[in-house]
Amino acid sequence: MNSFSVALAVLLIGFVYFILGTRSATAARQSGSRLHSLPHHYGLYAGMMASLPALFALVVLAIGDDIVFNTLALDFVPDAVKAADNYKEVIVLAQIANVVAGINFGEQPQWVNDAAAAWLGWADTSRLIKTMVAIGLAAGGGFLATRQLAPDFRSRNAVERIIMFILGASSVIAILTTIGIVFSVVFESMRFFALVPVSEFLFGLTWNPQFEGAERAGSGQMGLATYGSVPLFAGTFLISIVALSVAVPVGLFSAIYLSEYASPRVRAVVKPLMELLAGVPTVVYGFFAALTVAPFLRSAGMNLGLDVASESALAAGLVMGIMIIPFVSSLSDDVINAVPQALRDAAYGLGSTQSETIRMVVLPAALPGIVAAILLAVSRAVGETMIVVMAAGLAANLSLNPLDAVTTVTAQIVTILVGDQEFESAKTLSAFALALTLIVITLGLNFIALQVVKKYREAYD
Amino acid sequence: MTDRQDMTTPGAKSDGMMSPDVAARRVAASIAGRRQRERRFKSYGLIAIGIALAFLVILFASIFSKGIPGFFQHYVTLEVTLDRAKLDPAGDLSLQSLYDGDARGAIRAALYEATGASGRSGRKAAGKIISQGAEQRLRKAVIDDPSILGTTQSMVFAVDDDVDSFLRGFISRDTPEADRRINDKMIGYIDQLVADNRIEYAFSDYLIFGSASRNAEMAGIFGAFVGSMLTLSVCLVLAFPLGVATAVYLEEFAPKNRLTEIIEININNLAAVPSVVFGILGLAIFIGIFGMPRSIPLIGGVVLALMTLPTIIISSRAAIRAVPPSIRDAALGVGASRMQTMLHHVVPLAMPGMLTGTIIGMAQALGETAPLLMIGMVAFIVDVPGSVTDPGTVLPVQIFMWADFAERMFVQKTSAAIIVLLAFLISMNAAAIFIRKKLERRW
Repeated sequence: MNSFSVALAVLLIGFVYFILGTRSATAARQSGSRLHSLPHHYGLYAGMMASLPALFALVVLAIGDDIVFNTLALDFVPDAVKAADNYKEVIVLAQIANVVAGINFGEQPQWVNDAAAAWLGWADTSRLIKTMVAIGLAAGGGFLATRQLAPDFRSRNAVERIIMFILGASSVIAILTTIGIVFSVVFESMRFFALVPVSEFLFGLTWNPQFEGAERAGSGQMGLATYGSVPLFAGTFLISIVALSVAVPVGLFSAIYLSEYASPRVRAVVKPLMELLAGVPTVVYGFFAALTVAPFLRSAGMNLGLDVASESALAAGLVMGIMIIPFVSSLSDDVINAVPQALRDAAYGLGSTQSETIRMVVLPAALPGIVAAILLAVSRAVGETMIVVMAAGLAANLSLNPLDAVTTVTAQIVTILVGDQEFESAKTLSAFALALTLIVITLGLNFIALQVVKKYREAYD
Repeated sequence: MTDRQDMTTPGAKSDGMMSPDVAARRVAASIAGRRQRERRFKSYGLIAIGIALAFLVILFASIFSKGIPGFFQHYVTLEVTLDRAKLDPAGDLSLQSLYDGDARGAIRAALYEATGASGRSGRKAAGKIISQGAEQRLRKAVIDDPSILGTTQSMVFAVDDDVDSFLRGFISRDTPEADRRINDKMIGYIDQLVADNRIEYAFSDYLIFGSASRNAEMAGIFGAFVGSMLTLSVCLVLAFPLGVATAVYLEEFAPKNRLTEIIEININNLAAVPSVVFGILGLAIFIGIFGMPRSIPLIGGVVLALMTLPTIIISSRAAIRAVPPSIRDAALGVGASRMQTMLHHVVPLAMPGMLTGTIIGMAQALGETAPLLMIGMVAFIVDVPGSVTDPGTVLPVQIFMWADFAERMFVQKTSAAIIVLLAFLISMNAAAIFIRKKLERRW
């Protein structure tokens, strides 16, 4: 039986215990005994005790068995192979896994076939174990639970404790995700920094990762690869600046107009239309940037006698700016609306015009929120991937001219990690180091935004 | 008057009040300028909105103008003689036998017949007119209805993408022959086919029912669409219950302690993490450590679920918070436990809000590309995935891959795929708005 049908079987057993439990409780009530809880609570208790531990065990076994197999399979690798310079566990395991899956590229050494044969044997054993354990736990758990059931058993409390546990466990997923992200990024980054000095990564001015053999030891050797990330960050910020110089004025002024001047009818039409811009997938923006905006800018630049690169920072930044407009405008709209009407009325009472009120009263009051919105927009722009992958190109030029081609952190991460990677090469690992800095920057921006709001927000109520 | 007034109006006496009529005169004099500034400021707002809407119009116009033609392509009608011995050499109508048969020869023969092509170069040129998918079409027609074997049928085949571009006028006759992908001989044959009324411009069934292909005229979104649906269902099955459970826990049951605080901070931080990082998580944990295969919708769905969880949690919490305390008090007052209050009263009442948040999260997941690139859903996969563990791709990734291909026809097909994607996203968002408007109760 595969894991899925085992899971179904477990659920079925749970359901049977649910029916049994409910029935016996109903029967007990009809025969005159006073129940502590409603009959279905007894059923639920039995059903949950039958299915939940079994399902949990099944998941653990299903995830765990491959890890165990991997360790066991390494025993088959002859010492001679292990001693070789270019020995990589991952490659060997992939070799074995291919044979297991029946994909064969040419003749494999005998030990690979042995390992694969053993693997298939373990897989059978593991399937058997999974089935036995899950079904056994389900039947046994349900049986024990039904024995506990008695009219004075506080089954509602027990059921609610179980539900509470499930609710609490789901909320821990958020922490697990964060740990997973940190784990997946930090360890590989540390391995990268063992090969390439941190100072070179942070302050180096050339980014030129090379496709090298797995025997590569460190950077700078043989004058081939350099991992100076400054051009990437410069490119990222150049594109972000272009994007923000489009998005901030347009977004802010439309927010002001929509919240202060527009009639409710105009607002009801324009606001969803602007939000439509936020709903467009980034890959569509990337396509638009690469196929419509970039050629347009290039020919416009030619007419003006400017040399615009076909993958210019301007095109990517402009389109990214369009994408961020609704983000800036809806966040600013919220903060402007949060400014109490009393402040406006006071300004009108002193004879200010509407625009004077907005400029001198509303905007200063909303400023912390607007600054926070802009910081969040920067963090958005820095983390945006598809537009830059499709429209900004891969040339790691250190340039502040928006007409040049530049590359960004996210574009490099995608290029390095998409498709086949060399295992454990500095090039592959560099993507993780880039991701680490990307996370630090975006979270840092969010943190600052939060602090700005906290520190400078005026409490009006 | 205050000091400030004195500084800004140097003419005023610094030691006393301005006389009322001086002040009035000054105000009156400034009014025209202030009105002017008022109008200017207001017009900035209008201009900003105009720019934003202009961008929207340009974006949609650019995609629709390229994409609408992408729903159509040129087909050619040929009278094919379906010789049983040639097409089905084994005579058992098995797939193998049909593949061994000479479907290409039958189509070619019909094509030479129609164009009058002769000689080596002429036949070569004529052969290039028709799509490589024509043979599959023919085989499928035979499988669907074996009785057509032995007859001559009028059949419709797609033309090659270069020919299609030529018929659309993207390849000009005036270009020197060496510079275009269609030579003069082919143009002659095409003209003849057009004159014989054999070429038609019709709805592209390849786009909707075809799968990934390097041949532009055969490429379609069906496989990617199925992949998207599989990925999205995994995402929904995981994210919705987990999100709602977390929201319920944090909003109603979580003790106010350090752990709860950490969870809340975590959720807000996760909402800010760039999507590509979730892809790295999938790559390192699910593929790297758990040893799961690449390119499968299962991992795609899990990664997207983790990505959309914060959206769902945040909107579900807002929905729970919007349920008035009186409902809870009433339920508790008649003896319900806290859990019963929650599950029987608060959650059902908050459900429309939770659904709205979930639909918006799903729309976000449907349009997401970067994390799926990381976990290898960018592979070139021809087969339509049958389950969540079959390798597959999704619509946005398909769009990304097609955008890289140089053939002119791919631009139209990509735009057409974008229109399909946008149609889904817009209807999902419309559904969310509808639910919010119609079902959400205000207290």
